[in-house]
Amino acid sequence: MRTGSRISPYLYILPALIIVICFRTVPILASFTASFADYDIGGFHGFVGFSNYERMFTDARFWNSVSNTVFFVLGVVPAGIAIPLVLAMLLRGELRGKAIYRTIYFLPVVTSAVAVSVVWTWLFKPEAGPINGVITALGGDPLMWLREPRGIFEMILSPLGIKPEGITAGPSLALVSLMIVSVWKSIGYNTVLFLAGLENIPRTYYEAADLDGAGKWGTFRHVTWPLLSPTTFYVLIMSTIASFQTFALVYVMTPPPGGGPLGTTNVIVFYLFQKAFDRFDIGYASAISVFLFVVLLGLTIVQRRVGEKRVHYS
Amino acid sequence: MKSAQLLKQALLLVGGIIMLMPFLWMVSTSLEQGGLKNYVEAWNRVPFGTYFLNTLFVTGLTLIGVLITSSLAAYSFGTMEYPGRDKLFLLFLSTMMVPQPVYLAPSYVILAKLGWVDTYLALIVPWTTNVFSIFLLRQHFMTLPKSLYEAARLDGCSRFGYLWRVALPLSKSVIATIMLFNVIGSWNSFMWPLVVTHSEKLRVLQVGLSYFNQEQSSNYQLLMAASTFSVLPLLLLFLLAQKHLVASYSRSGLKG
Repeated sequence: MRTGSRISPYLYILPALIIVICFRTVPILASFTASFADYDIGGFHGFVGFSNYERMFTDARFWNSVSNTVFFVLGVVPAGIAIPLVLAMLLRGELRGKAIYRTIYFLPVVTSAVAVSVVWTWLFKPEAGPINGVITALGGDPLMWLREPRGIFEMILSPLGIKPEGITAGPSLALVSLMIVSVWKSIGYNTVLFLAGLENIPRTYYEAADLDGAGKWGTFRHVTWPLLSPTTFYVLIMSTIASFQTFALVYVMTPPPGGGPLGTTNVIVFYLFQKAFDRFDIGYASAISVFLFVVLLGLTIVQRRVGEKRVHYS
Repeated sequence: MKSAQLLKQALLLVGGIIMLMPFLWMVSTSLEQGGLKNYVEAWNRVPFGTYFLNTLFVTGLTLIGVLITSSLAAYSFGTMEYPGRDKLFLLFLSTMMVPQPVYLAPSYVILAKLGWVDTYLALIVPWTTNVFSIFLLRQHFMTLPKSLYEAARLDGCSRFGYLWRVALPLSKSVIATIMLFNVIGSWNSFMWPLVVTHSEKLRVLQVGLSYFNQEQSSNYQLLMAASTFSVLPLLLLFLLAQKHLVASYSRSGLKG
């Protein structure tokens, strides 16, 4: 009986522990190990030191996927903060139809990325798609959207006679289209987070600002924005981490083998996927995984450092 | 003041229409040239019935697994004291820091070694525990007063009996949150089933829809019909449980 109760706490965690070890801890450690190995379709061929990493750092396609990912993050994250912040400011307090708006804005969050991608592929279709339909009806020129490899800065500036090249040409319109979908899908979630953040700001601050005669902008600038900063920071880090891992949108909207027109939507997780499952180059794919992990871990650490005292779970 | 309210409403309305537009276009395109017949045709063109059943089966069994393993583990982590507890909990939490794509390739190799590739086991077993669910439930169990436990034990309740008859019934709200997060997660999961299954009889809805999209890329009516019926179950669930769900999302700050 006494031994029974001494080991029983361990028995309670045993089922979860087995799963966690077999399908989380072991593969995670294996990912690190495999990144130092020559491991392909034929199996394990021995350890090769840092050669997978050397290959990665000299692989132009890898760096292309990194720059596409960075473009994606830099596009999605600011828009995914600004729009939800405005919406949350509009939705706060007593408002007619508040519940309906919240429902509508939240719908894309629970909708699967695959279905969302299928629908937006149709919306973006260059020939018959509704978006180009609207543009031509308004007298504009139809765009290639998901099939456009040219960078958007290049597209905007070339009529002016300026021709930016390489990285200065910016993300391709195809990648920008993916960003639009990604922002649309996450607006509702971030709005809900901002709404919760706004509700946590004590009313007394607003009363004080009112007494001081601060205008609307002054109140936002000196009360709302600073007091909302823990939420803003949390949204910033979480959407950065999520955007770094984009896969389904790329896979479905700019389908394999390409990764978009001229590889311009090939983001890091998509590239990792191609290496691991098209080529079965597990060793190399693992080196890319480790790179991704280090980047995301860095972001998580920043979040903990800066946000630890301010972001709390209720 | 009144015009400010009007402007607010106008902005929200325009925003709402933009957010809804893709859904409206999805449904209206699905009904073009043939109306509801498009739905029947899409459903029969590829075995969507099988995909639905597979998704339901996988989602259901995964959920049962998560509920069992999470309640047991959270009960142990949250209410018992024993050597190594905090280290073990840290081991669990540390796996939450590593996103799925990072260990996808080695997971596949492990499944291949187990002979599980292209089986239901591969779709279900690795996801029958969810560390975030354990975390949520543990936090809740820790708030239950110790006196409650002692009183129950004095009344002859066994250790497991306390979990089953006292702690879990007091955790309905957290359990509902866990159920919603896990159902949404399994239903929408794409990368994992794409990688670990190949045969059509094991195909889940998201993978089936993505292949359907590649095969029928110019047949919009059918594609939109298929998209509509694949998002419908979760949208219904969302509309039914939205109050609880939105509150859960905003409290826990985690995407499903």
